[in-house]
Amino acid sequence: MGRKILFITTDQQRYDTLGCNGGTIARTPVVDALAAQGVRYERLHPQSVVCMPSRSTMITGQHVSTHGVWMNGVPLPEDAPSVAEVLHDAGYRTAIIGKPHFEPFLDPFARFAENTFAGNGTFGPHRGFEHFESATHGAAGPLHYARWLLATHPEAVGMFYPVLDGSLEVNAMGGGDTGAPQAWVNNIPKEWYHTDWVADRTISWLDSLAADDDWFCWMSFPDPHHPWDPPASEVARIDWREVPLPAGYIENQAERERVLDNKPKHWRAWYDGRVVSNYEAPLSWVPASLTADQIRETTALNAVECELIDEAIGRVLQHLRAKGCDDDLDIVFTTDHGELGGDFGLLFKGPYHVDGLMRLPLIWRPAPSSRAGAESGTTVTRPVGHLDLAPTFCTIAGVEIPHWMEGKPLPIDDTDADARGFERVLTEWDSELFGVGVHLRTITRDGFVCTTYLPGTAHDGTEGELYDLNDDPLQRVNRWDDPALAALRSDLIADLWDHQPPMQLPLRGVEAPV
Amino acid sequence: MYGTVRHEIRIQRPAADVWALAGDAERLCDWFPGIVSSAVDGTLRTIVTASGIPMPEEILACDDTQRRFQYRLTMPVFKHHRGTIDVIDLHDDTTLVVYSTEADPRAMALVIGGGTAGALRELKRQMELTTEGAL
Repeated sequence: MGRKILFITTDQQRYDTLGCNGGTIARTPVVDALAAQGVRYERLHPQSVVCMPSRSTMITGQHVSTHGVWMNGVPLPEDAPSVAEVLHDAGYRTAIIGKPHFEPFLDPFARFAENTFAGNGTFGPHRGFEHFESATHGAAGPLHYARWLLATHPEAVGMFYPVLDGSLEVNAMGGGDTGAPQAWVNNIPKEWYHTDWVADRTISWLDSLAADDDWFCWMSFPDPHHPWDPPASEVARIDWREVPLPAGYIENQAERERVLDNKPKHWRAWYDGRVVSNYEAPLSWVPASLTADQIRETTALNAVECELIDEAIGRVLQHLRAKGCDDDLDIVFTTDHGELGGDFGLLFKGPYHVDGLMRLPLIWRPAPSSRAGAESGTTVTRPVGHLDLAPTFCTIAGVEIPHWMEGKPLPIDDTDADARGFERVLTEWDSELFGVGVHLRTITRDGFVCTTYLPGTAHDGTEGELYDLNDDPLQRVNRWDDPALAALRSDLIADLWDHQPPMQLPLRGVEAPV
Repeated sequence: MYGTVRHEIRIQRPAADVWALAGDAERLCDWFPGIVSSAVDGTLRTIVTASGIPMPEEILACDDTQRRFQYRLTMPVFKHHRGTIDVIDLHDDTTLVVYSTEADPRAMALVIGGGTAGALRELKRQMELTTEGAL
């Protein structure tokens, strides 16, 4: 009997929403305890800051350029490599429960397998997962959660925020107390909300296994991704009026706009509502209209969703302890990408490679029976990436790492990281949407984040961003053109291109907005 | 807001053969993955998608000379839609098929356009499966 793996992901969760990472708003004692028992990573970056490319990296262990899901709406091919398939072939029982999003959601032709299982009353198999049970941010669509809610609690279906508006754009409609975009009073009982459903279904699947089965379960919560519409019964946990503004928010408007003007021009253009370069932000929302109170309220609602996730995880872990599974259980917690969360006066996400979107929570609690050589409460400060997750799972399972994985098993401390060359992490952005193209390549190394821009609609290919994370942790001073850092900039860019795989060509088609 | 998407594919079959299938309004369901039925009544065509959505369409043109088929989806979600299939003879016994989608809201251009890309791949697969006569 080997080690079991519980892989927990959330969607669009900031690093600073966890207590163990210094967060002060949401209470996250369960994940904090995992960090205390295991390894906490301070510099996990995704290989993409949007869902489909990022999740494709998690399952393949590959850079975005290699797996080819270069923007949302590009499906990961059904025969793409999958760590779940590797583990299943090695005898592991495998499941994904919650949000998958390897294939587009908007799919009226039901061309993508993810969108067909619930309607057929089936649960996979798919991508190496023998059990595939899906959910997303609300009750619309063809996924299992939506079908379950419609069948069992139809009165609750209309309680969620409408994620898309009548034009099928991401909705800008305001709600809550402040009129913040995508804030909403959701009267659904907590027990019916998708966070609890994901935990319930995970427990149900785990209970279907034999005691001596080895298993890999990807428990994938759709929250705290917007809309921020947690069950209304829980909203009073955090009074948004008492929530401090994030450190990344610049209250003085003139100063905020001066900082934005010091970045490549699509930053200010989005802030002013002149260019929305990507589908993931509401088309008709102008970030310059965002108020401090709206940031407080969305931060509070986001924190409520983080608390609910933490409690749901706690319920699953308690169940596993009761079954006697904990000793051989490895737990990995992370998210697919971050959330701007009011930084620079912005919400949501887009082609903006700064900490709000790139610095992510990652906790690995190795199985107590093995410890994997890790000391409890270790912190890793060296950069790691999502592409290191799949090789880590292989190592836990005692399976040879396939040649197609491009990452390395996660280090257990900084000494291990240094010995195995965890020096840099790369992040890519490409989008081409109705004539607006944006292309970024970013390297994080030696305490600097350096982004080079390829030619696009708003950029001529000479622009860039360079931030010193030690002197400027909020990335307010763009030092791309600082002569004192010219040699460093050249070195970072050369290093980036030395390690950045070429994009798979021809580019695969965008088959839906998301 | 308005959006356009265009996909094209080259097929190793004469244009007349390709047009015999692509220009037959009732046979769309034979080569468009995710469309399970297509029924024609005059200029009205109703397709039903694999997810069970019926989509009424108005046929705007079915031109055997230009080898152009044009239609619009008339569901209320569309402020505008126009789908155009052009079957172009490359005069070397091969054919270029261009499938264009215009839509308002623009997101629907991507959603429908994604389907048309798969349709062209399936059309090519079927047409190149046999080299004798029209399918």
